[in-house]
Parts: sequence; structure tokens; C-alpha cells
Amino acid sequence: MTADLGPHAAFIVTAYGAAIAIVAGLILWVLLDRRYLSRALDELEAQGITRRSERTNEEKP
Amino acid sequence: MPVLDLANPTRFLALTDRALPWLAAATLLAFALGANQVYLAPDDYQQGATVKIMYIHVPAAWLGLFAWTLMSAAALGTLVWRHPLADAAAKAAAPIGTAFTLMCLVTGSLWGRPMWGTYWVWDARLTSVLVLFLMYLGVMALWRTVDDPARAARGAAVLTLVGAINIPIIKFSVDWWSTLHQPASVLRLGGSTIHPAILLPLIVMIIAFTLLFLTLHLAAMRNEIMRRRVRTMLMMRADARP
Repeated sequence: MTADLGPHAAFIVTAYGAAIAIVAGLILWVLLDRRYLSRALDELEAQGITRRSERTNEEKP
Repeated sequence: MPVLDLANPTRFLALTDRALPWLAAATLLAFALGANQVYLAPDDYQQGATVKIMYIHVPAAWLGLFAWTLMSAAALGTLVWRHPLADAAAKAAAPIGTAFTLMCLVTGSLWGRPMWGTYWVWDARLTSVLVLFLMYLGVMALWRTVDDPARAARGAAVLTLVGAINIPIIKFSVDWWSTLHQPASVLRLGGSTIHPAILLPLIVMIIAFTLLFLTLHLAAMRNEIMRRRVRTMLMMRADARP
């Protein structure tokens, strides 16, 4: 069973296609940004750099 | 957990880690239900099947306005309490609001061509939404222009509050001026003018899109907090070097 979209089917399909592309772009942006930032944090922590709030009592001056 | 605890970025991150999978699942479920409703919805007696564009156009328009309203509330948090979480909320909402406003403009144009005979008219509703889109771009450009996140946040907050004047203009433009765009038909005094067979799928899609917005916004806020941590650690590394 397929929906009959009538004489303006091309406009309807293009509108849904554009909406899906925009939402996919947003999801991709959030996921790739998260991956980049996680890697950057891991690399900095591997270099021994920690924020003040994450230091143990022995590390604090 | 007291509400104020959420204002602590570390606790906020822990909360979002737990909430995001549930929100994402709820979003998927709502979209599955919405897609089914849209598929089964009858054609409009005037618009025909073109009414199906409204199921994405109306939620996109609502979220374009909602994101700026949320940014305005966050702007108050930035300017009054100078809270970093308010900065993150505003900065994370801007690209998402931009995307939904763009979706509103594109789908509206694609509906307008077969229904009005034109992709675009310079009427008050369309023009004020275009202004909203340009303001989103302006705020994002400001965030990128200023290096210090706290200073950028204050500048963006002022610009956001000034731009908030446009939100009621968009909402009431169809009442204040003679526009080609139809007047309010969902949220209006005296109830909706839409037939329930079309209104129900529209409401389900509005809920689905709103859940999507909340999911993306929480995820983007989490990224924003992580970005600040990376920046702080990079500065500490630079300071530690001889």
C-alpha cells in the first residue's frame, strides 16, 4: 500500500527529504562533536592535566 | 535531588547521561507513532495531500520560536546570575533553533508554491521568520567571534534579549497586518479550527519534534560543558609549560 500524494507529490517528498536531511545533520553534529571532545579530554588527561576540582587531596597545593 | 543541584555542571552531566537514552527512545517512539498517523491522515478538502507538509512545517515553526524563547530565559540566567550552565543552554540551543527555523522556511516555501502559486512573499509572517533566522546566525557568529566564553555569553545574551522582541511580532503578525499567511489555527481563542482527523497527527508530530529538540539540546549542552573543560585544561597545560 502506498500513499497517493496527488499532483503535488514532488513538493511533499522534497519537503520531507529536506526535513530528514536537516534532522540528520543535527544528530551528526552532536555525535561528532561529542566524539571530538571526548578524545580531546582523554588526551589531556593522559598527559596528566586535571582540573582543580578533580585533583586528589595529595595533589592540591 | 534538589533542583538547585542541577545547576552544578558535574551533576548535570551525570543526570543527562541517565536521561538521554530514555529521551532518545521516547523521541523514536513518538516519531514512529507520528509517521503512522501522518500516513493514515486524510487529505484536506482544499489542500489535498499537500496538507502533509504541515505536519513538519508547524512543529518546525514552533521549535524555531521555542528555542529563541529558551535562549532568552537562559540569557537572563547569564546576565543576572552569571551561571555557566545558562551560557551552555543558550549556546547549545542556537544551532538547533537555526536548523528548525530553516526547516520552517524551506517546508513553508515548498507548501506555498502549489498552494499560493509562489515560493515566497514579503508578508509580515514570512519576513519576521526570516529575520528570526538571520538573528540566529548573528548570535552564533557572535559566539564564534569572542574568544572568552564568559564575555561571548554576555554579548550573546544582550543580543538574544533584544531579538526576543521579534517573537510576539512573529506570533501576532498575522493578526496585526494583512498577510497571505493564514491566521492562527491551532492555538487560538475559541479553540482550534482544524478537523480532529488532521489535528491529532499534527499534535503527535509536535510532541515528537519537541522530544527531539529536548534530546538534541541536552546532548549539545553536555558537549558545551565538555568544550569548556577542554579549554580550561588547554590553558592549564599552556600555563604549566616553562
